[in-house]
Amino acid sequence: MSIYTSLDAVSEYVLNCTKCGNCQAVCPIFKEMLYEVAVARGKNSLVEVLLDGKAELTEGMAERFSLCTTCMACVANCPNAVPSDKIVLAARAEAVRRRGLHPIKKVIFRTLKLQRLFDFGMKVGSKFQGVALKRIEGKHYGARMRFNIGLGKEKVFPNLAAKPFRSQYPTVIKVDKPKMRVAFFTGCMINYFYTDMGKAVVDVLKVNDVEVVIPPDQGCCGIPASVNGDVPSAKALAKRNLKAFEEMGADAVIVSCSSGGTAWKHVYSELLEDEPEYKKLADKWAAKAYDINEFLVKVVPFKKEGLGRVERKVTYHDPCHLNRGQKINKEPREILKSIPGIELVEMKDPGRCCGMAGSFSIVHPDLSEKIGSKKIADIAGTKTDTVATACPACRLQLHSGVVNAGLDHEVVHVMQLLAESYAKGSMAAAAK
Amino acid sequence: MFNQEVLNELIKALGKDKVLSDREDLIAYSYDATAAVPRQEPDVVVTPTSTEDVVEVVKIANRYKLPIYPRGSGTNLSGGAIPLQKGIVLTTWKMNKILELDTDNLVATVQPGVVIQALNDEAMKHGLMYPPDPGTVSTATMGGSVSECSGGLKGLKYGVTKHYVMGLEVVLGSGEVIKWGGKTVKNVSGYDLTALFTGAEGTLGIITKILVKLTPIPEAKKSLLAVFDDLDKAGNAISDIIRHKVIPATLEILDKVTIGTVENFTHAGLPTDAEAVLLIEVDGYKEVVEREAPIVEKVCRDNGAVDIKVAKTDEERDKIWFARRNALPSLAQVKPALVLEDATVPRSKIPDIIKEIRKIAEKYNLLIGTYGHAGDGNLHPTIVIDPRDEDEVQRMHKAVDEIFHAAIGLGGTLSGEHGIGIGKVRYLPLEFGEAGVRVIRRIKEALDPNYVLNPGKMVLREE
Repeated sequence: MSIYTSLDAVSEYVLNCTKCGNCQAVCPIFKEMLYEVAVARGKNSLVEVLLDGKAELTEGMAERFSLCTTCMACVANCPNAVPSDKIVLAARAEAVRRRGLHPIKKVIFRTLKLQRLFDFGMKVGSKFQGVALKRIEGKHYGARMRFNIGLGKEKVFPNLAAKPFRSQYPTVIKVDKPKMRVAFFTGCMINYFYTDMGKAVVDVLKVNDVEVVIPPDQGCCGIPASVNGDVPSAKALAKRNLKAFEEMGADAVIVSCSSGGTAWKHVYSELLEDEPEYKKLADKWAAKAYDINEFLVKVVPFKKEGLGRVERKVTYHDPCHLNRGQKINKEPREILKSIPGIELVEMKDPGRCCGMAGSFSIVHPDLSEKIGSKKIADIAGTKTDTVATACPACRLQLHSGVVNAGLDHEVVHVMQLLAESYAKGSMAAAAK
Repeated sequence: MFNQEVLNELIKALGKDKVLSDREDLIAYSYDATAAVPRQEPDVVVTPTSTEDVVEVVKIANRYKLPIYPRGSGTNLSGGAIPLQKGIVLTTWKMNKILELDTDNLVATVQPGVVIQALNDEAMKHGLMYPPDPGTVSTATMGGSVSECSGGLKGLKYGVTKHYVMGLEVVLGSGEVIKWGGKTVKNVSGYDLTALFTGAEGTLGIITKILVKLTPIPEAKKSLLAVFDDLDKAGNAISDIIRHKVIPATLEILDKVTIGTVENFTHAGLPTDAEAVLLIEVDGYKEVVEREAPIVEKVCRDNGAVDIKVAKTDEERDKIWFARRNALPSLAQVKPALVLEDATVPRSKIPDIIKEIRKIAEKYNLLIGTYGHAGDGNLHPTIVIDPRDEDEVQRMHKAVDEIFHAAIGLGGTLSGEHGIGIGKVRYLPLEFGEAGVRVIRRIKEALDPNYVLNPGKMVLREE
């Protein structure tokens, strides 16, 4: 019994919620809405009455369970360490089981499962994105929706890549005397939007004598489906990825987005709990799944020689699912601090959710925007020129916020700065 | 009686977005932070944004004889915010503006929904602070805090909420609005209604504006940790520190059970064979702190402390307070629910009450960790229970009963800072007799004859 298959799986968690209200201090949604259901203990109380059979799982209740970014700030601040994020995920899955999936989400997740169709759509989309999206002027890349289809018109979306990342690279990227062979799980955002991030990951791994394979059959990580309660789709995607990686074989799987990391490390094993064969496979890969920052600090320590100067004032935003989800927050900072020329300036509360939370920002665009604007104010307070983070979804949200606030920051993944530093280092060496 | 007509009137008076009536929302207003008290869903939740809104709600409630339950963040520990008789929950969350910070008169005027920490953050910009600091400082609202007269860690030196409230604007049960008190330190005009409404648990009026005193932030502080192998020695040390004319900002105690539980969960290296640990912080001007800290250290040593640690850096200070911060979370790990009491005795009786509580714990076979504000005699015997275990819940109720009797017997009070609320109402005669209870009832009925405001808390209709 997992949180994805039965609401009963969280009954013990719910019992441990004493309704102390400490979650109010840190919940980004609560701070905007000032409303009891918005905060963890409120939704926990809904699950409580559901488990006691004292209420129906109405559509209204399902809507309220959507009010969570699963940022886990409440979990970290809870005296009883109640995993309220898991309670919400279990409630969403239960809602889908009892009430079915929202028709739009159904179409989206079905497309995600059909990787070829999805890939084709994104490629076609890259040609025609100008129809729906208007490019923004100036040095920033990206575009805004021309008309509001319920996503809000303010959000600045990155441009769809003319050629997806995985089509740009061979399956195996060889290096001389490899220390290790790793398989790169790109995730959709890197594949279709942020190919520059993917390139940086590959470049850095190459510099560090790591052979990179990019399993061609990989697809969506499944998190958008699992957090919306579409367990069958999430399972199908998990299996697809596990098979794709198992076929290629590697010493480790490298992820550079926080949802993907969570998927490989935790979610696949939970999702596939009742399928022993796949569960075994999921556990095996979970044990060798690494966020790229983690990998370069703990597994193959990144080379300090050959780092060139990067003159930037940088502030770092902690992605929730990397920081609280995978307990990785020192590693990216260690990397940033070791790059010559970079001055790291901490923002106030770097671990507070940026409000993107994947599909949350599509369901609740206004809330997402409001939560984001607090983060942007904290960024503005640092007087820096660059925002580094370690998740493409956060990057999208932060970039959109920075553009809309009229700030000049460049928003990048930590790996892009490390790759820039190595590139400058090798240029300097060549000049000598 | 609540019906569609009431709902329509509320919506007409306040606007649709300030009224919640879906069951999916009402469920989440059926509780507060209190364990082992009944839950009840209200008929409707309103979120006023102004005094005028509150007046409208009170008028409608009176017309239909519906109870109103004022609610801040719902973090209290006496059932104060639970809508026992259904009716209207009035949340103050959106009345959350700091209206004025007057640095000449050292006062702040706030709306009731301002979170205590938010006021402190603002005051800090001017080198000032609002000293009352209950454990819920980062969530509790000023309105709730004033209504419950919350205390916290700094009570010994700085006093509690009531020592900081200088004036109030209150909507009475009749819908009339009164303003009492003001920015002057001295004010003897009429009865001191500011004091009356402070700690009234929302039973006499709804606070819509609060004027509080601020104080300068102390320049320096120093923390010490003293370990005792004997409870009486720790007790003597507490009194002896005061006798030496040192008033620490904070003087906390952890008993053996609490130390063991914290150590079990945090492995912070606490002395599990100790009978008591005292955590002491002195604050003030640098020179004062430099003089007082060694006195505290010497007094602890003279009273037989087996080990003393003095924090030299912020890091060491954090380490000292780590155990105290983790008292509640660690006890919470033992079983799902916590019953957090606040029996309070004169500080000289601290060892006696701890021993009494220990006897009670043994008698009823319960795990009770006792820790708290030793300097002001306010302890938190914390009983860990599993609410599914009916027998244990029964034993817990009996133990609580005996703890109340023990505290009163030692010259103390039923509640130091959590309030009377639901659970302690029937014990009030124990503290001030039937005549005292009648006085409370007469005051209630003079101001709220229809028992519209927070009924079922602190004062009940004559049976």
